[in-house]
Amino acid sequence: METLIQQLINGLVIGSVYALIALGYTMVYGILGLINFAHGDVLMVGALTALQTMMFLMGVAPGMSPVYMLTIALMVAIPVCITLGFLMERLAYRRLRNAPRLAPLITAIGMSFLLQTVAMILWGRNYHTFPQLISTTPMQPIEGVFITPVQVIIIAASAAIMIGLSLLVTRTRIGRAMRATAENHRVASLMGVDTNAVIAFTFVVGAALAAVAGVMYASNYGIAHYGMGFMPGLKAFTAAVLGGIGNLGGAMLGGIMLGLVESFGAGYIEHLTFGFLNSSYQDIFAFIILGLVLIFKPTGLLGERVSDRA
Amino acid sequence: MKKTIVALAVMGIGLGAAHAQQVVKLGNAAPLTGTISHLGKDLENGTRMAVETVNAQGGADIGGKKVKFELIGEDDQADPRTGTTVAQRLVDAGVKGVVGHLNSGTSIPASRIYDQGGIPQVSPASTNPKLTQQNFKGVFRTIANDVQQGGALGDFAVKTLGAARVAIVDDRTAYGQGLADETDKAVKAAGAQVVAREFTTDKATDFNAILTKIRAANPDVIFFGGMDAQAGPMLRQIKQLGINAKFMTGDGGCSPEMIKLAGDAINSTTYCSMAGLPIEKMPGGAKFREDYKKRFNGEVQIYAPYAYDAAMAIIKAMEKAGSVEPAKYLPELKASNFDGVTGNVSFDERGDLKEGAVTVYQFKDGNWVAL
Repeated sequence: METLIQQLINGLVIGSVYALIALGYTMVYGILGLINFAHGDVLMVGALTALQTMMFLMGVAPGMSPVYMLTIALMVAIPVCITLGFLMERLAYRRLRNAPRLAPLITAIGMSFLLQTVAMILWGRNYHTFPQLISTTPMQPIEGVFITPVQVIIIAASAAIMIGLSLLVTRTRIGRAMRATAENHRVASLMGVDTNAVIAFTFVVGAALAAVAGVMYASNYGIAHYGMGFMPGLKAFTAAVLGGIGNLGGAMLGGIMLGLVESFGAGYIEHLTFGFLNSSYQDIFAFIILGLVLIFKPTGLLGERVSDRA
Repeated sequence: MKKTIVALAVMGIGLGAAHAQQVVKLGNAAPLTGTISHLGKDLENGTRMAVETVNAQGGADIGGKKVKFELIGEDDQADPRTGTTVAQRLVDAGVKGVVGHLNSGTSIPASRIYDQGGIPQVSPASTNPKLTQQNFKGVFRTIANDVQQGGALGDFAVKTLGAARVAIVDDRTAYGQGLADETDKAVKAAGAQVVAREFTTDKATDFNAILTKIRAANPDVIFFGGMDAQAGPMLRQIKQLGINAKFMTGDGGCSPEMIKLAGDAINSTTYCSMAGLPIEKMPGGAKFREDYKKRFNGEVQIYAPYAYDAAMAIIKAMEKAGSVEPAKYLPELKASNFDGVTGNVSFDERGDLKEGAVTVYQFKDGNWVAL
């Protein structure tokens, strides 16, 4: 039983991170129809910038409280990622907005390589230890089930950010502009919506989310590396497609679901297949489910409510 | 007839001396990008040091001529397919010998290409037994193989640590899987039980799911066959899941990087094994470490001294044969017998290191300490 609950927690933690990253993919897709493959690498830049800031702070003010230090690191990482997101949109994607869809897609892959290579030059090839400022000493809420404070914060922060984002999109003026642009950006601009500003805003919000996700990811695993954004980026993309790309609720659902499926898949695949498959096939469940969803519901789980996308 | 040959040979030497200086290309292949690029760069640095040392002495004495070496370093990205591509590129570039690759998964497919091109390959890092079992004439390694290493690890876990229940994880690479399989065999041979056999990838950072499953099997020792980039985070997650088992890994996790990445999760219940001797016990270790620091401004990770010896084996064989042509110096390479940085370098009939010693290390006071 404690194994089952533990797997549930494992899945929720990783799923929350996927969901947070998936939001960035899905927002941009909802508005532009562009899959921003560089999104995972923005996450990496966020984590490494935060790391750099912490190193600096530890050098100048060694006695600083961890909470302040983490807050300052986030306050630096978020603007850096926002600037990066803004520049990517302004310099690379805006010029290609009316080009065939393949062009921006390939540009996004190119951006991803560019960011990774620049990060490799700046921060080197080595893995970096990410200071675990929030305690990772496991707590035992139930006998035999372990969860660390970092993991609790990840789940709570992800949930809060997701709710905040939904409110932003559904309840605010800029949210309405985002929804209008998503529906039809030409018509929206005729109605007086500054679509360029809305699109830039979307990228900026996505990049800020990626920065937060990056810091959470690195804090949880205690490492940072120039290639760290690739795998979570890919998984989050899968999650976004699973939930219905372009749909905010779908990204959250897809992320959490993917996390759970992965964790239960790895944990129980041997029992479920009577020892025929082992954990080296742990990703098989995630992709079987993705395949089934796309066959029976090509728009993803929550993909049909087009008017909701943003 | 004999006289003509002698005469031609003399002429050859004369002509050679007349030329300013001959430069011979040596290849190096290792992952310079990707998750284990720090280890790949370390390997390349070792080869570079060998080449630079020889060049600084004015070159090697080959057939009465001074020959300098040029290093052609390729990035195989730790990927088998890229490995064969760069192998072909090295062969096409006309290298006379290759040091590499790092991963068994790249070394094995690449060895076929070198064999077809007639280029000797000396791997300073690939430990999978299959590499030298393909009956290629020109494949060697300057590190103990996994039969030797896995045997030592399994024995240590059961006999020294007294483990009765062992969980084994590997990263599904040729190296990780090979080492894990050999350890598995040795554990069973020593009379203990393998209670869980789990798998991950060489790109993963989250191991919570498989570790939770392992926790349910209640092992005394968890062994991981893979590299430090995974072993470090894995050890952290083991502690975060409240698992009390001891942790063991092979040479891929026996680096300073591992200590850094595992953070406060690493303690005296962490063990790793390394083919050969610890750098401080290597005959030329202290000097090598110092020279390395001076040249590259960093610590030796794992493979640099082995790469240095691999390059030296090739160069020394060329000197003895008096030729840089692979067909001519290959017999001398086979018959290598010299004291390198890592110890005595001589190969058995397969190309494996004869005295492939294995050392087990324990983490103590912030460092790996040889047992």
